[in-house]
Amino acid sequence: MSIENLKVHDPFADDVGDTQPKNYVHIRIQQRNGRKTLTTVQGLSKEYSPKALLKAFKKEYACNGTIIEDKELGEVIQLQGDHRTKVFEFLTDKDKEKMGKYALKKDQIKIHGF
Amino acid sequence: MSPQSTNYTMMDVQEAPTFDPTLMKKKKSRKSVAFAGEDEAEEKTTAEVHSLPSTPRDEEDKQVAEITDQLEQFDGLKKKKKKKSSSTAEDGEAPAADGEFDASNLKKKKKKKKPTSESATDFDAQLAEAGLAPKEGEGEAAEEEINPEDAGDLVAGTGVWNSESNVDLTYPLLMMRFFTLLRSQHPDLAGDGRKSYKIPPPQVMREGNKKTIFANISDICKRMKRHDEHVTQFLFAELGTSGSVDGSKRLVIRGKFQQKQLENVLKRYILEYVTCRTCKSPDTELKKGENRLFFVTCNSCGSRRSVAAIKTGFQATVGKRRRQKV
Repeated sequence: MSIENLKVHDPFADDVGDTQPKNYVHIRIQQRNGRKTLTTVQGLSKEYSPKALLKAFKKEYACNGTIIEDKELGEVIQLQGDHRTKVFEFLTDKDKEKMGKYALKKDQIKIHGF
Repeated sequence: MSPQSTNYTMMDVQEAPTFDPTLMKKKKSRKSVAFAGEDEAEEKTTAEVHSLPSTPRDEEDKQVAEITDQLEQFDGLKKKKKKKSSSTAEDGEAPAADGEFDASNLKKKKKKKKPTSESATDFDAQLAEAGLAPKEGEGEAAEEEINPEDAGDLVAGTGVWNSESNVDLTYPLLMMRFFTLLRSQHPDLAGDGRKSYKIPPPQVMREGNKKTIFANISDICKRMKRHDEHVTQFLFAELGTSGSVDGSKRLVIRGKFQQKQLENVLKRYILEYVTCRTCKSPDTELKKGENRLFFVTCNSCGSRRSVAAIKTGFQATVGKRRRQKV
């Protein structure tokens, strides 16, 4: 016999989904002189190696880029040119040659800019 | 940039498509309803004969034929004109015969018209079957009435809306009048349930080569009931630039931006900070609650939700400063 009311119930058990991934990955764009732009990817969690990602990005989009150490925001990937949508697709792509099983969910990424 | 693009954004903001179906429905119902009033009108317009309340059917048939021809020609364009004429005619004479015709005709027409498209030929065929002239007039009238959105007749109180006309106003017809009047005179109220939300498109000018002026930002902010500073802060964070407000409250943004781009950002702002997530109403207020958190309170449904503060995020240093820094 078990009494339903006396079971131990964790009131926050079903709360995990929404609150957890608040640390979005932000993809931003910044204007430079002329029609040149920069794309920055900020807020990647530490499981991802920015170095490897940068290498992949650079090869994929044929652009240059660097990793910038920011005091507050950690490592930020910076690419030359507007690659926001492409980066977004890359990060969410479950293809083996891209993110594979480490692909991010679409609601974890925020694209900023115009 | 182009007017088209602005239109699109407006539509988007409205989350519009819900609008149309209802309208369509109303229109349909209206058609059937409309006949009563308008057949009178049409007959009169065509005939001028109408001083005789009960015209023989032959005459009416002829008239109808003429009318249909005209209608085919005019189709969309001259609806308004016809209405007016019809309305005036009605004012003069509301023959008893019409009333009689209406009841029977209306029913028949309703059935027929709904399934079929409203082409004149169809009507003719139907008319021929029915053998009643007034029907055609009604049918045409219905076509005309499809456009009751132009409130002129309603407002003027002519036609069906004349207080002297003894036509039975059906519920959908009255509803139609209510909403057209509401929309024309109190768009704010009408917008509530329907999610239509319009803000004027941003007016964007170029200042020099490197700056963009966002001219009507204060106007837009007033529409959204948000502070200018909040909106500018959001714009700057999203666009990754900085800027200032000039003397006439215009926003000067560093960098080249096109109207379309700013529209996009504004749209995102509205989604995030203006519309109520529960009822989609844009009638909300942004207030600073406890703990420095911002809360959006909906005025129409009363829901309250917290919104994230605007964060600028990473700003890469660009240009000459960079070299200085390093």
